[in-house]
Amino acid sequence: MNAFMNQLPIGLSIGAVLLLIALGLTFTFGQMGVINMAHGEFIMAGAYTAYMLQDWAGRQAVLVALPVAFAVAGLMGLLLERTLIRRFYGRPLDTLLLTWGVSLVLQQVARDLFGAPNVQVKAPTWLVGGGEWLGIRMPYARMFIFVLAMLSVAAIWFYLSRTKQGRRMQAVMQNRELASCSGIATSRVDQRTFFIGSGLAGVAGVALTLIGPVGPALGTYYIVDAFLVVVAGGLGRLQGAVIAAFVLGLLNSYVEFWSDASLAKVVVFAVIIGFLQLRPQGLFVLRSRKLT
Amino acid sequence: MKTPGLLAQRTKGGKWRGVVAFAAVALLVLAVAPVTLSPFRLELLAKYLCFAIAALGIGLAWGKGGMLTLGQGVFFGLGGYAMAMHLKLAEAGPGELPDFMVWSGVEELPLLWEPFRQPWFALLMVVLLPGTIAALLGLLVFGRRVRGAYFAILTQALAAAFVIWLVGQQGLTGGTNGLTNFSSFFGLDLASAQDQRILYFIVAIVLGLLYLGFRQLVASRYGRLLIAVRDGEDRVRFLGYDPAVVKTVAFTMSAVSAGLAGALFVPVVGIISPALLGVVPSLELVFAVAVGGRYALAGAVLGAVLLNYAKTTFSENYADGWLYLQGALFIGVMAYAPKGVIGLAGQIRDFVALRTRGPARRIPAQQPPPVPPGPSADAPAEPVEPVGPVEKEAVA
Amino acid sequence: MRIISFGRRAARLAAVSLAVALATTACASDESTSKGSAGADTSGDTVKVGVLHSLSGTMSISEVTVKNSVLMAIDEINAKGGVMGKKVQPVVEDGASDWPTFAEKAQKLISGDKVAVTFGGWTSASRKAMLPVFEKNKQLLFYPVQYEGLETSPYIFYTGATTNQQIVPGLDYLKAQGKKKIFLVGSDYVFPRTANKIIKKYAAANGMEVVGEEYTPLGHTEYSTLINKVTQAKPDAVFNTLNGDSNVAFFKQLRSTGISAADMPVLSVSVAEEEVRGIGPDYLAGQPVAWNYYQTTEGARNTEFVAAYKAKYGADKVTSDPMEAGYNSVYLWKAAVEKAQSFDPEAVKKACDGVSIDAPEGKVTIDGATQHVYKTARIGVVQPDGLIKEVWNSGAPIKPDPYLKDYPWAKDL
Repeated sequence: MNAFMNQLPIGLSIGAVLLLIALGLTFTFGQMGVINMAHGEFIMAGAYTAYMLQDWAGRQAVLVALPVAFAVAGLMGLLLERTLIRRFYGRPLDTLLLTWGVSLVLQQVARDLFGAPNVQVKAPTWLVGGGEWLGIRMPYARMFIFVLAMLSVAAIWFYLSRTKQGRRMQAVMQNRELASCSGIATSRVDQRTFFIGSGLAGVAGVALTLIGPVGPALGTYYIVDAFLVVVAGGLGRLQGAVIAAFVLGLLNSYVEFWSDASLAKVVVFAVIIGFLQLRPQGLFVLRSRKLT
Repeated sequence: MKTPGLLAQRTKGGKWRGVVAFAAVALLVLAVAPVTLSPFRLELLAKYLCFAIAALGIGLAWGKGGMLTLGQGVFFGLGGYAMAMHLKLAEAGPGELPDFMVWSGVEELPLLWEPFRQPWFALLMVVLLPGTIAALLGLLVFGRRVRGAYFAILTQALAAAFVIWLVGQQGLTGGTNGLTNFSSFFGLDLASAQDQRILYFIVAIVLGLLYLGFRQLVASRYGRLLIAVRDGEDRVRFLGYDPAVVKTVAFTMSAVSAGLAGALFVPVVGIISPALLGVVPSLELVFAVAVGGRYALAGAVLGAVLLNYAKTTFSENYADGWLYLQGALFIGVMAYAPKGVIGLAGQIRDFVALRTRGPARRIPAQQPPPVPPGPSADAPAEPVEPVGPVEKEAVA
Repeated sequence: MRIISFGRRAARLAAVSLAVALATTACASDESTSKGSAGADTSGDTVKVGVLHSLSGTMSISEVTVKNSVLMAIDEINAKGGVMGKKVQPVVEDGASDWPTFAEKAQKLISGDKVAVTFGGWTSASRKAMLPVFEKNKQLLFYPVQYEGLETSPYIFYTGATTNQQIVPGLDYLKAQGKKKIFLVGSDYVFPRTANKIIKKYAAANGMEVVGEEYTPLGHTEYSTLINKVTQAKPDAVFNTLNGDSNVAFFKQLRSTGISAADMPVLSVSVAEEEVRGIGPDYLAGQPVAWNYYQTTEGARNTEFVAAYKAKYGADKVTSDPMEAGYNSVYLWKAAVEKAQSFDPEAVKKACDGVSIDAPEGKVTIDGATQHVYKTARIGVVQPDGLIKEVWNSGAPIKPDPYLKDYPWAKDL
């Protein structure tokens, strides 16, 4: 029973990781229809930012890196949007292949800059170890990631619903043509979305240094999962992404607990495929009257 | 379309040119290459042709049907494993276990393996296994109108899941090692250069036949419907057709061609392993089609051969640079030559024509890059081949 | 319209034929038509050898270091006059972490470059993919990494440890430490599965209990559930056969639950100095590992090896067991060739028994019957500075026994 209870926070923390890596994608994918395969490499850029800042900030690098990685990955995203993706609106499937090319180049750049082996990012001492409450063991690093994911969601929610720019973003997401007609500079909004979406990947990268490897292949480990969360949640839907991430996290943790890690992954994939049969547009559908 | 010609060309001159071109390439592949290439290089060419067979299917599903399938590795693998299982059993002899099962501690031949002793069963499975699975998946997925990016990601997830499952079933599938070490293929000695040459001819002929078959299919009434579905699925539905069925047929054909490719790959290269089937190899196949030119079936073939040739050459001479080159090529093709190598000539001519004819048209931002409409050679009846499948709504 | 469409088609035809023609001629010019398997070309005053490791892809992390040490050995040998008076010329190929590519490149080295021998491979899968190629062509491969045993290919020399030189001593060590309950954690592929099979047999025969066995997909990075299972089973020790990046995730997540090496040691067989740096000594300090060589192994030959490696590739580089085995491979091949007085694979095979070199890890001798080498087993503990300190060794080099024939408990393996 104890073990069973232990899986609950584990599932939530897996969900938090999924949420962090997928959050940025929901928007670049949802608003612009861009399937950004280089999202994983923006995560990697965030992780390497933490690595680089260690020289200067020592063990607290992870904290310092959060805003810096947001800016670094965000700018990389902005650059990508301005130079390439801009040419591809209306061709979502082509962006997938394009950004995959970008991701290959970025991986090789990382390999040339930092070397092929993994690098080491030291966690702040207060994030090493864990505590136990009511017989449930919880690592501090996991709690940190959970809190970070929640803060990110709150910030995004605030931005979307309480700021002028955020509301514009929603308008573009719901109906680009109409938004454009109403005088919204959609191209500006696109840039902003891409900056924020990519920046969130950078933040996720910093968080992942606490629990995973930091190397050129980092992005490839997470990218498929991230897309599945987005697809299951519904494009551009914050609540969809949150629910999908936690449901998948819990599912993963319990299936793995009763069987093994390989089966858990296969089951998660199967469930998503089955789920899309029921709701082809994900959990939350953006209603629109547009015709195919 | 009462009597479609051999190469499904509708204009007289075009028909002859098509036949001449096909004959020229066939001559090159069947007569010139086997004489001039060393056995090692011929084996490599045979491998490229295997990939070309799989690429042909993607050309049909993606180029003509607009279904970006990122999970072709799954079908390639099903065909490959069906063939490999038979070869392994034929080698082990009656009552014996394949070598890897002995290492994995399997004492009795799994039931799943038993029927693969029969050559006819294995050959049937090469086609049936990928075909049935694709048909079922297609009916389910397309029936629920899952399309565009959703479909792409779904197939990608399928490839990822398939690989994890294969690796996990080590006693059944050989795990990460896959199945390897085959010595003969239906009487052909795989170590002999002469027999490898015969194998090469088999691969080349299968590719040629499949190419002709697919062309016929595209030129038929069905082919036009497929292209119509790509360009406006709902409009086709309003006309009373069921787009799900149309798409499923193309998807199934593409899966069958991938299965065939996998089955031929096994004797040619001598190994089938999960590393060949995952997310990245599946993407590379699609990439090859994009480079060659997705709107023409010949583009798929050309792309697969060129790209794999480039991969071999570059990794022989310049290993680190391959990823850069591959990435740059990818970006360049997608951004500047969406019709691939085959479309390049037309694109250049159109560009020149546009410049000489008068003031260049200004294309507003957020529109596809300026590729003026023009008839594509594969589907001359289609007045417009748009740059990208029209699928905005799927992600809007 | 028709004219344009003809023009297009013509252009397309031209493109296709040109490309195929180019490919054909380019291939043809590359080497003249020759028979499939060809002997090495040793007529000139150089002899070519193949070096085949993953320089790109996931395995490049590990394999590049082995490539480096092999090239260093070749340089050293050339500086001292080469092999039988011939300069050794390495031909480096990239296996790209992809098993069929390994097979393809091996064939290219043999029939295209006509190499006398090939040094390469890391994963079991890459070796299994190359094995038929070398057997078919009757050419030699030196494979430098510890592996799961149960194999003796007549054309492969195994210079890394087999199971009785690494896993069995590792178990002996755990047993001597009084660890009764062990938990097995591994990546889902051949080496861990075979290793765990052996471990279970050993445990049954030695009064130990295996309280759990878990596999995760390669490249897996989410270990919280697995760690929960481990803590529930309360083992005395964990035997870890995880591979590559998974180790980083596993150790980071294990450490963050507050379990230390003192509470529950995790004995690893795929974590060497290079990996320790990627994981971070913070997470690993105090954990035992099993290998045959450490950077800190004592001896003049090793001091020399470490200094030479750092001088060549940078002072911040570390040396590890597979690198050392790769380095030894070149010297072992040289010694065998010189004993045979021939580069011919059959002659080298015939002469190899008893060929011995003074390696960084100590004396290393080829066992002719299995084409494996005698190696000293060493258990080490990771230090806070990232190096590994030896805490136990087998005293003398252990005779290789890939099928564990001399171990009664492993009879029906």
